[in-house]
Amino acid sequence: MMFLRSLVSALALALAIAVPAAPAFAQGPLRIEITEGVIEPLPFAIPQFLPESSEASKLAADITRVIAADLQGTGLFREIPADAHISRITSFDAPVSYPDWKAINAQALVTGAVSVSGDGRVNVKFRLFDVYSNGPLGEGLQMGGSQGSWRRLAHKVADQVYARITGEGGYFDSRVVFVSEDGPKNNRQKRLAIMDYDGAGVQYLTDSSSIVLAPRFSPTGDRVLYTSYATGFPEIYMMRVGDVRQQKLTDQQGAMTFAPRFGPDGATIVYSEARGGNTDIFTKQIGGRAQQLTNTPAIETAPSYAPDGSQIVFESDRSGTQQLYIMSARGGEARRISFGEGRYGTPVWSPRGDLIAFTKQNQGRFHIGVMRTDGSEERLLTASFLDEGPSWAPNGRVIMFTRQSAGAGGQPALYSVDITGRNLKRVPTPGPASDPAWSPLLP
Amino acid sequence: MAHLVIKAVLLVGALAVSACTNPDKYGSGSNGYDGSGANGGAGAGGIVPGSANDPTSASYFQTAVGDRVLFPVDQSSLTAEARATLDSQAAWLATNTAYNATVEGHADEQGTREYNLALGARRANAAQEYLISRGVAGSRLKSVTYGKERPLEVCSDETCYAKNRRAVTLLQAGLGS
Repeated sequence: MMFLRSLVSALALALAIAVPAAPAFAQGPLRIEITEGVIEPLPFAIPQFLPESSEASKLAADITRVIAADLQGTGLFREIPADAHISRITSFDAPVSYPDWKAINAQALVTGAVSVSGDGRVNVKFRLFDVYSNGPLGEGLQMGGSQGSWRRLAHKVADQVYARITGEGGYFDSRVVFVSEDGPKNNRQKRLAIMDYDGAGVQYLTDSSSIVLAPRFSPTGDRVLYTSYATGFPEIYMMRVGDVRQQKLTDQQGAMTFAPRFGPDGATIVYSEARGGNTDIFTKQIGGRAQQLTNTPAIETAPSYAPDGSQIVFESDRSGTQQLYIMSARGGEARRISFGEGRYGTPVWSPRGDLIAFTKQNQGRFHIGVMRTDGSEERLLTASFLDEGPSWAPNGRVIMFTRQSAGAGGQPALYSVDITGRNLKRVPTPGPASDPAWSPLLP
Repeated sequence: MAHLVIKAVLLVGALAVSACTNPDKYGSGSNGYDGSGANGGAGAGGIVPGSANDPTSASYFQTAVGDRVLFPVDQSSLTAEARATLDSQAAWLATNTAYNATVEGHADEQGTREYNLALGARRANAAQEYLISRGVAGSRLKSVTYGKERPLEVCSDETCYAKNRRAVTLLQAGLGS
């Protein structure tokens, strides 16, 4: 449905002329290092992409705005508004007048053009320029898709720009599955919903006839695991996102199952089962037999696989309070990794493998935090009456979570924060929302 | 949804009572309820079958016996008060054998969602096991956890939290007995 094609041949000549020292740009000055230090957002200009036909003019404007919003929304970039621009881009292939962009302090310049082909497909091409190096940063790219996918095209352009400037993978062409909530606190109606990472295009996957909780994406984003009370008891289900077909994954009398997550192979799941009041962690191949991984009288839940599938991080109150532990994916001895004050729950392994995100409760406050996989360098990113349930952006740089306000009228909402603790913001949803799970980057 | 269940139970309970002519089976001797009076309905001593002053009714169980026990913060062990309530529940269930029950475990909002599901399961199980230890047949009891999904009280302080940390014994009309 989408293609991402390099304009190498078309641009080779332009590169040869404009970029006498092309390799320098890979390490050039236009680079954001995402560190803990306070950074000044990088100023960029994105003149409205050129419509290459009259029917493309609205699309060109819309696509430009989505790209700008993606970049600015990271907190790492600051858009220089169009009315401050000196140069006008009149042709996608015309030479860039660098002094005009330097004069308004634009360090990066994104130009592009949008066309609609005879069969209704949308094509977007773009170039990224490092203004202070007087040259392009990377090759021009062209992408195409159906008209209905124009937002994804915009997100893909923004992912490219982000990746070239930060050296990190992007996260804009991704989705979030979450629980949409309605009704008073003592009679909350819940249904599964899915949307783009920025809140656009909300679709509901279930009705509110039964409680649904804590969905999680498969490694390719094609399926969702979640917990539903459809039978009157909490049990784990899998849904195909494409056709919302549901399948119950456990069928054991007298047992309640919850907290399901996929393994990195997409065929293995790990989850919790409460039986006789005791909750342990189990794994199974979808359609296969369950295998018990923990066996203690304590509560063991909220398991999460390491990206390579070799280990599982989970929470247990075997020490007396909720703490984080890591064990082999085959079970056995677990080592505790959380030792700070308070209680630790809902650990989620970063897609980069380097960090564990968690919920911490201490002295009546809730925090979202991260620590290294050995428990060192714990860092709390948020604090509120009730923050919980972190989920990683596909590039492991941003975390989305639930924040609920206090009191009788308390409502949950989705928030995101980057792993430096900056750029805390609410993610727009049509109503109260909880339990976000971020998809991988879409193909 | 819970309301619907209770209404259905009340109806069945009322039918069961009026069809019964054996007062002992429903414990009328000990609690002063005259089983034959059920035929007379409200006219006989003001007892309306199925209402809260009908000792064989689910609403009587809810209000007079006490259908719930409360727990301290992050605990699932039963307090002396909870055990006393469960003793009464067990005695009531021993005489009102037409009912089965589901014990629902709940947590307050001070906790993560999945931990609270596990905690609710512990609480429901603690109440269920205690009822069994007091002679209620295990086959008549089920348990389910709602974690923090179904609070009774909505404020965000201890007065509400204390009421939300609960195990509720919800009656269902059984098939047997």
